[in-house]
Amino acid sequence: MSNISEYFKDVFNGVLSLLKGMRVTAGYFFKPSAIVTQKYPENRKNLVMFERFKGEVVMPHNENNEHKCTGCGICEINCPNGTIEVIPKSIITEDGKKKRAIDKHIYRLGMCTFCALCVKTCPSNALAFSQKFEHAVFDRASLTKQLNKPGSQLMKGVE
Amino acid sequence: MEEKVEIIATDEKQEFIINMGPQHPSTHGVLRLVVSLQGEMVKSLQPHIGYIHRGIEKMCESITYPQIIHLTDRMDYLSAHQNNEAVCLLVEKALEVDISDRIKYIRTIMSELSRLQSHQLFWATFGMDLGGQTCYFYGLRDREMILDIFEETTGGRMLVSYNCPGGVMYDLHPDFQKKVKDYIKYFRKKLPEYDAILTGNVIFRERTTGIGTLSLQDAISFGITGPSARASGLSCDIRKHEPYSAYDRVKFNEVLFTEGDTCARYLARVEEMRESLNIIEQLIDNIPEGPYAVKMKPVIKLPEGDYFQRVETARGELGVYVISDGNKNPFRMKFRSPNFVNLGVLNHLAKGFKIADLIAISGSLDLIIPDIDR
Amino acid sequence: MRFDFIASYVSAFTGPWWKIFYDFSILTGAVDEWLKGSVSPFWTTVIEMVVVGVVFLLFYAVVGLFLVYAERKVCAFIQNRLGPNRIGPFGIFQTIADLVKLLFKEIIPIKNADSLLFNIAPYIVIIVNFMALAAIPYAKGLHAIDFNIGIFYILAVSSMSVVGVLLAGWSSNSKYSLIGAMRSGAQIVSYELSIGLALITIVILSGTMQLSEIVEAQRTGWFIFKGHIPAVIAFVIYVISSTAEINRGPFDMAEAESELTAGYHTEYSGIKFAFFYLAEYINMFIVASIAATMFLGGWMPFHIGNLEGFNMVMDFIPPFIWYIGKTFVIIWIIMLFKWTFPRLRIDQLLTLEWKYLLPINLVNVLIMAFLVLKGWHF
Ligand code: SF4
Ligand code: SF4
Repeated sequence: MSNISEYFKDVFNGVLSLLKGMRVTAGYFFKPSAIVTQKYPENRKNLVMFERFKGEVVMPHNENNEHKCTGCGICEINCPNGTIEVIPKSIITEDGKKKRAIDKHIYRLGMCTFCALCVKTCPSNALAFSQKFEHAVFDRASLTKQLNKPGSQLMKGVE
Repeated sequence: MEEKVEIIATDEKQEFIINMGPQHPSTHGVLRLVVSLQGEMVKSLQPHIGYIHRGIEKMCESITYPQIIHLTDRMDYLSAHQNNEAVCLLVEKALEVDISDRIKYIRTIMSELSRLQSHQLFWATFGMDLGGQTCYFYGLRDREMILDIFEETTGGRMLVSYNCPGGVMYDLHPDFQKKVKDYIKYFRKKLPEYDAILTGNVIFRERTTGIGTLSLQDAISFGITGPSARASGLSCDIRKHEPYSAYDRVKFNEVLFTEGDTCARYLARVEEMRESLNIIEQLIDNIPEGPYAVKMKPVIKLPEGDYFQRVETARGELGVYVISDGNKNPFRMKFRSPNFVNLGVLNHLAKGFKIADLIAISGSLDLIIPDIDR
Repeated sequence: MRFDFIASYVSAFTGPWWKIFYDFSILTGAVDEWLKGSVSPFWTTVIEMVVVGVVFLLFYAVVGLFLVYAERKVCAFIQNRLGPNRIGPFGIFQTIADLVKLLFKEIIPIKNADSLLFNIAPYIVIIVNFMALAAIPYAKGLHAIDFNIGIFYILAVSSMSVVGVLLAGWSSNSKYSLIGAMRSGAQIVSYELSIGLALITIVILSGTMQLSEIVEAQRTGWFIFKGHIPAVIAFVIYVISSTAEINRGPFDMAEAESELTAGYHTEYSGIKFAFFYLAEYINMFIVASIAATMFLGGWMPFHIGNLEGFNMVMDFIPPFIWYIGKTFVIIWIIMLFKWTFPRLRIDQLLTLEWKYLLPINLVNVLIMAFLVLKGWHF
């Protein structure tokens, strides 16, 4: 007799547990407010990334086309995978001294692992992360970027 | 089950070998299992690994300690933060740096958040392995919010690279505490749903109880760690036995089960989610003030000697072993990754069960393939 | 050819035109009359067959595509997603786009496959579908063949789809497919029993196997209410075992994607894959229609005993709508099953059938027979 009651208890409990699960899923079915999908290309205009989001490394320039990079090459040393290549040049300052400055700051986005070591260790805070995340390109070569803009100069007061 | 294995072993000609992976939906990556079957029954299986071997240990020998951290992200990508932490703790131990309480608290909270998101993904994929696809989306939906919290503070979603020797990269985001508290409240409400869909479900119970039982002895002799071992009753939580960061200041239970089957391994992880919530709750309101990073020398050189540090990642014990010759990069670096060791037991567990059980068992071990291959 | 079809059609009934939505036999009868008047009886049969065939072909495609779309939307809403939303408003043309894509896809020849069996397997599945669709009463007068053993016929043909599945798995020369097919064979053969017994419970109650009469017998109340307890049990068992019979989750052992990648149709591509895919949905439609017909009165509106006023209001809704509504409610339940539960293991599947469903079913048939004998039903 106990076997039979056990059998029916099994059936009953089993069905009950199934119904519990179905209540959750059916509940969501009738609750469209729970939908979390974001319509990406449509919401592009008002899509705000977090300010610390590591999209790509950039070198911020001010309105006079000046940056803070002194060409010291520390970021290149600290980068774990050779993403950054600093090509320095020497310039003559107004008081006639020879000085090291940046010629080209090459950044290869395709190799970057976003470890943030370059940004952290740059002594003059010349680098930053941008929030851009749409990196797809048709040509691999365009992933290699020059971070200092053409004709840009060192900001005043940055050593 | 024992007898059946005997019979199978005598009948050599009936062998039917299938290749699971490296592109199989349930091996969670590029693991290849060569399974020999008798009908539906698994006779034996052999894992073939190395499809995503990147030589991380070797690479570590040529880069500096701060640079190593970003590579550890890419081993067990779901426990990225804990992997980072292991290297940082090792460096700090070797250099005898005192780090502030704030750093310890931040690290502990972040570790638990990563454990939480890792177990959520486990829940999601385990449900999917068993055929309940909706679990996958519910799990990911909730995990997404943790990733957002990560992103806001660390700038990365999965590969956070948040630790650095002597502290963390950035201070916590001003919104961090509020968001975490909101999340805890939200997720406590969702956990009963998890139970209703999967844990309590009679089909799920039938599929997992008594399947792939790992005895305590075997767990010890195979060197299993993490929730998989705790499901067999092996107390191996580094957080309890060798507390690091702020784990000695929080009260939490080590989740222990004795059954050792697939269901227990699952339950251990679900219970750990609850414990993680408890730990975060204890810490989140009293993060002390202080610096978020201790000033370290620009070039970190470990004194000559060998060092070992272990942490509890979401999948078990990660050991980092370094031999230093006094240079800025290690002479030899070895990671004792939990997944590699846990994979070893798969053949032992799956023998004599069906293909469907094999999927359930390998799912319940929660393997991360890049961590196996390194 | 003269178009006195219109005239005869108009003269065939006196009420307003929308009456045909309540009784399609007015329309079909008129067409039949007109054809008989204009061509020889032989050609009448031929033309009628062609017309019915084309109608079914269209119906098949439309229902299949719609169900694929519906399933995607349903599972998306269950999973807190939006589902297809790119092509057309709410993505309604998504499945059509997919079909076009599948049509253009290369049909990959499989090395060492048994090409004859490999190629005919999808057609077997499709043909079986058509045969079953033909015997279902869609609305009053919208019924292609009305066998006097209609339900028996549907059971017989729908169980033949396992042949297609087995052939597909066997001929693919793939180990995954073979395992899938083996599972499917064991599964369909055993669940056939439960379906049969569940339907027999209703046949006992109605006393006939003719589908049109079964529907007619539910004019005073649907069988699920008339036969109360045993009918409800039979209904539940029928829904469970028909889910298993059509290889849908949680009983989709044959294609268990986490174990066997795609089971028996792993190796199919292009339009042949589309055939299997569509057939799965049409199968779901068929079992849901049978459930609606046998338990929920088919196209019969919801009637309560002698409540004339209420019955009149219900009659106002065309039978076709009733039929579609009931079918889709059952399809929704079957979809909910799939998107809620984990998959069973093959031995558990058989345990469920032989240890739980079958004994309960047998007792249920006895109870129903007793009920009918004593006249304790409504
Ligand atoms: S970016 Fe910074 S670290 Fe790199 S070269 Fe310029 S100043 Fe030096
Ligand atoms: S983020 Fe890391 S990998 Fe990328 S450029 Fe900077 S240092 Fe190199």
